[in-house]
Amino acid sequence: MIRRRNVRLWLLILAILHGIILCAGFSAPYDPIQQDRKNPYLPPMRPHFVDVGRRLHLRPFVYAVQLRPGTFDQYVEDTTQPRPLKFFLPGDRYRLFGLFQSRFHLFGADSDRVYLLGTDAFGRDQLSRIIFGGQISLLAGFLGSCLTLLIGWCVGAVSGYFGGWRDDVLMRLAELFLALPWLYLLFALRAFLPLTVNPLHAFFLIVAVLAGVGWARPARLVRGIVLSAKERDFVRAARGFGASNFYLLRRHILPEASSVLLTQAAILIPQYVLAEMTLSFLGLGVPEPVPSWGNLLSNLQQYSVLVSYWWMYLPALAMVPFFLGYLGLASALQERSDPYMIERRSLGSLA
Amino acid sequence: MMRYLLRRLAHALLLIFGVSLLAFLFTTLAPGNYFDEMRLNPQIAPETLVALRAQYQLDRPLPLRYASWLNSVLHGQMGFSFAYNSPVAPLLLVRAKNTLLLTITATFLAWFIALPLGIWSAERLGRFPDRLISSATSVLLVIPDLALALGLLVLAVRTGWFPTGGMASVDFAALSPLHKIRDLAFHMTLPVAALVLSALPLLVRHVRAAVAEVLHAPFLLAADGQGIPRGTLLLRYVLPAAANPLLSLFGFSIGALLSGSLLIEVVMSWPGLGPFLLEAILARDIYIVIGGVLCSTIFLAAGNFLADILLYWIDPRIRTESAPR
Repeated sequence: MIRRRNVRLWLLILAILHGIILCAGFSAPYDPIQQDRKNPYLPPMRPHFVDVGRRLHLRPFVYAVQLRPGTFDQYVEDTTQPRPLKFFLPGDRYRLFGLFQSRFHLFGADSDRVYLLGTDAFGRDQLSRIIFGGQISLLAGFLGSCLTLLIGWCVGAVSGYFGGWRDDVLMRLAELFLALPWLYLLFALRAFLPLTVNPLHAFFLIVAVLAGVGWARPARLVRGIVLSAKERDFVRAARGFGASNFYLLRRHILPEASSVLLTQAAILIPQYVLAEMTLSFLGLGVPEPVPSWGNLLSNLQQYSVLVSYWWMYLPALAMVPFFLGYLGLASALQERSDPYMIERRSLGSLA
Repeated sequence: MMRYLLRRLAHALLLIFGVSLLAFLFTTLAPGNYFDEMRLNPQIAPETLVALRAQYQLDRPLPLRYASWLNSVLHGQMGFSFAYNSPVAPLLLVRAKNTLLLTITATFLAWFIALPLGIWSAERLGRFPDRLISSATSVLLVIPDLALALGLLVLAVRTGWFPTGGMASVDFAALSPLHKIRDLAFHMTLPVAALVLSALPLLVRHVRAAVAEVLHAPFLLAADGQGIPRGTLLLRYVLPAAANPLLSLFGFSIGALLSGSLLIEVVMSWPGLGPFLLEAILARDIYIVIGGVLCSTIFLAAGNFLADILLYWIDPRIRTESAPR
């Protein structure tokens, strides 16, 4: 019972996190590519509840930041200009899920812009870029692992069920893919695809490359399951009744693999998100101005940015809660599919 | 012994050959080549381009190109780099050495730290040290490699404790041998730390699980009853019994560290295969890409081979299995 609830808990956490990213238009205060050229590299504005006169405000507010006189990169808070944060405020137009037009945002300020996580070189809001960047990175990870698992499923089914030369060929191929360190494989696959492409094509390119990197491991797992499942009595019985190969695979054999695939998905998605970040970080992924977690970080390759603007490092941390969620989900799923793991251990101590 | 090792060796060689074939197959799918950018240059005549392509044999069919590449591998060249205008092998060798230096150091260090931590954690299963180590590895596990590397870099830049790039100081050539080693170690600290930290959580967890499984075996209870000291027990009895899964993890960890070093080398500008490969991808210098990929396969295969030898040495079950009947 507890274990099942555990899976649900992690799913709930992940659903909330993904909800924020999915409704990026609403949860991000501004358009991610809208520039504010007068305010490059503005440091994050801190939300306050208590003002300089030590008066408590129920509505959080930020102070506008200004250049300290005589410097060109030192900012101070201008305490004469409080900007109260308003919630559910109309602002830039956006499309939710690409369908509904709306202009309401979770929060914002009345007249002036607020930058809770600072701005980048073009004065674009870092918070909005992180939230919108998550859409690209997470979707690439999600689609990539769906495709990987689909390939792995088909290959494993063919290889395990039909056996013979198909099994030999497919498994030798899988071994070749497993013989490479995965980042080298990622690089190699990326190297043989076009370099300069528009963001949309780049996105699908990455999804394809990711799917190509990881299919071998799930394929081997599925093959093992199919091999043992096809000798089970109920499968033999169904075959005796004249069930076709396709029917047997679809109805009786492949469902056996579903729990393993689910666990694999929870392991693969964060790995693929990381892979997307790596590619985009190195300039082989989704190009500017479209934000993704990887290309947001690529600014850090400039020494001056690394030294002076610490908030440019924040996109690296955006991944952490998602990683945590997926890790928790994966171990909860593993525990569910192997419920005897814990009992075996306690039995072992008795022996 | 020889038969078992020869079989593993033949397997590894076949794998490397297969990867090279696969890499070549992919190059035919690749759109464009190194000379494509020259097409835009009005000062270069189309005939020159045709001649260049012919000179580098890019116009020949794939099987012939593969054959001539194999030939150049046998002559120790591994194809020809367009960008460097030189055979690939010597270029690759310099970088591969640096990558190996980084990866091997990190592998040993990671295992050196992970083994005692894992054993300690398994010995105190469920108690305070175990919980502390488990939560520490969980925290490390959820921090992405990229964030870790960048974080260490920020730290180094802010504090100035460590150099932030390259593998030698400006005056490296003038230093005495001892100082050279110190300088190198100094430059290696940051990338190795990033690699070890990224590999550590997985290793510690697996060591803990493997040792915990063995710790409850009846033969250990008997050995404990004999009054064998705890330290001897752990090192002489538990560790060899838990070695089998750990040695397959050893091969895996080499692959993971090679992957990790690719990224960390770029971030920390370590002159290894990482930046070299990236540059070659961006320039469409295909033979370097193939060479680099092949290099990594060879490293990984060598690591797995090493693990096989160690396994043979440690696990008697393998010895009896492969003994001639």
